[in-house]
Amino acid sequence: MKRLPLLILMISGVFAGAVNVNAAEFDFGGFLQLHAAARTSHVDCPPETECTVPFNEQRLRLNAEGSGFEGAAGFVGKLELVHDSALDDTDADMRELYADYNSDRYTARAGRQIMTWGVGDLLFINDRFSKNWVAFFSGLPLEYLKRGSDSVKINAFPAFADVEVILARFRKDKLPDDRQFVIESPISPSLPRNIDDPSDPEINLRLSRYLGNWDAAAYFSRTHFRAPALRVVGENVAGEFPRLDTYGASLSGPFRNGVLNLEAGYYDSREDRDGTDPSIENSQTRFLVGYSRQVAEDTTLGVQGFARWMHDYDDYKRTLPPGFPKRDRLRTVATLRFTQFYLHQTLKFNVFAFWGLSEGDGYIIPSVKYFFSDSLWGEAGANLFLGDGKGQFGALGENDNVYLTLRYAF
Amino acid sequence: MKRFRNYRMPLTTGLALAVFWCSLPALSQAAEEPAVEEIVRRSLETFYYAGEDQRARISMRLVNPQGKERRREMTLLRKNLGTGREQRYYIYFHAPADVKGTVFMVWKYPAREDDRWIFIPAIKLVRRIAADDKRSSFAGSDFTYEDVSGREVGDETHSLLGKSTLDGRPVYRIESHPKAKVGYARRLSWIDRERSLPLKEEYYDARGELMRIFTADEVKQVDGHWTVVRRSMRNELSGHHTEVVFKEVEYDVGVSDDLFSERYLRRPPGRWVR
Repeated sequence: MKRLPLLILMISGVFAGAVNVNAAEFDFGGFLQLHAAARTSHVDCPPETECTVPFNEQRLRLNAEGSGFEGAAGFVGKLELVHDSALDDTDADMRELYADYNSDRYTARAGRQIMTWGVGDLLFINDRFSKNWVAFFSGLPLEYLKRGSDSVKINAFPAFADVEVILARFRKDKLPDDRQFVIESPISPSLPRNIDDPSDPEINLRLSRYLGNWDAAAYFSRTHFRAPALRVVGENVAGEFPRLDTYGASLSGPFRNGVLNLEAGYYDSREDRDGTDPSIENSQTRFLVGYSRQVAEDTTLGVQGFARWMHDYDDYKRTLPPGFPKRDRLRTVATLRFTQFYLHQTLKFNVFAFWGLSEGDGYIIPSVKYFFSDSLWGEAGANLFLGDGKGQFGALGENDNVYLTLRYAF
Repeated sequence: MKRFRNYRMPLTTGLALAVFWCSLPALSQAAEEPAVEEIVRRSLETFYYAGEDQRARISMRLVNPQGKERRREMTLLRKNLGTGREQRYYIYFHAPADVKGTVFMVWKYPAREDDRWIFIPAIKLVRRIAADDKRSSFAGSDFTYEDVSGREVGDETHSLLGKSTLDGRPVYRIESHPKAKVGYARRLSWIDRERSLPLKEEYYDARGELMRIFTADEVKQVDGHWTVVRRSMRNELSGHHTEVVFKEVEYDVGVSDDLFSERYLRRPPGRWVR
């Protein structure tokens, strides 16, 4: 009891402190989002797969953010409560939760944060941060393709370039599984899997600056492959996320009344440098060139070309176990994005198409989005996979879907 | 001697001429108007280039023909670079909730296409956007990108139609025709003779049909600069209109050049964006 006055004093001190930061600003908001996708292809699904409506979720987002000390300190929190009616599952997900420190010479951000690097449009070379491909293939809004990383990010601004250093804990990609996708895999999805996340920290470094009015950047990541390398060991599937170092650069600038994007990266597959381990991806080099321009009022067209060159290809071919599809030495992909706005930008028509030039497959995402008001929008679209099971997109051929999303923001 | 006389004659005439010339500026000011290009140049200068820099909190109301409205809240930062008419713009969206935190940045050049970037906060993405078409609507409003960041005197040919008054203000009436193919074929403007601000503009298409009307609904002097603090643009063809209010306007507040960079796209400067 003696301590009570002291406690009250302390609490009131904390509150007084909070009030003293009279420049502090807080903001709250969020949204309610409904999303469902129905399979359009007639498929005999295995019993463990949700067949007709593999995606049906209700999502509540709560945002809180604050800043004080004239912008020197701040925080952001984005919490989501998700009820998945298709899988009968309820979950809470901290999408972002970080604290900021800003000064003239450097800034720091610590916590779960989303990061996007590189200049590709839905093609990633130097952006090795965790992705959620399940969300993407189901037609959820694009932001759900990116997953937050638990990390510390420091930015410094010396005269020669902006420097960004990120120390992050490993987070794997969320890849299609047999609960919602029909996938042909040489390794049976029903075998028990034993895969540990790497515990060593990942290091990412980015240097960026303007060269005239062009954006130039150089990247390095000491990271891991986000998809596991799997091996069948007796009755089990063993796996790991192999080490990966990436080195790359990008350039983006004006060209003939449009924007030209260039990006390249070298992937050093640290645990399979000679390319003889069939379960681990070989070292590779990736290139991307993209161009987008406005072709008419409220109408934009973007095209990209992408290539992945596999190193030590002969060793890969020699050691590939029977039954595994053989990949090409050079994989090439072209993309097209066409966007058009109508009715004072309240109606948006968009098509994004991947065309696997070397694998002869494709993936088309047409969508229509309408803003009923500032707080309510709806989107209808489809995910259509073309080609046979050998290609990366064609392998998802039995997962064509149409989707509908409604979001009410507050 | 002959030479001397020849020399003296012009000297006397010269003296007389000098007296005449001295009184000429006053006379010409009273009798002649500035060239029409000069009127337009001054008007663009006053409307788009006032001060070394500018900070404004802007609220925009987009109203469709059925009366349904949408709102945008923004902070605008603008800076003039040197004397070359180069400018930088930084526009932060506070509302609506769905676009909160989105930032739009423009490096504007007088003689070539602008550079534009957008920051999308949900995925922390900075992307350069194609800037070819200045006619496209700014944030779904009736204002185009060109209306927001301005055009050049030389983009159009101008002729002075005359002088009159508009809502009690003395104005020049000017007709302009764009040299290149843009979103209109003819523009009529009413420019305040004393304050140099455009008070009204009408945009016509090639068939002579009235497409859009701009009006300066409230003009105030802020930090010594005449400023349109309330303006609207009405699309006569669709019935959609947009009203813009500059709620807080400040000039020469010391916005630094490096603010218009990727660093501040990703982290809006708390000092200015509030």
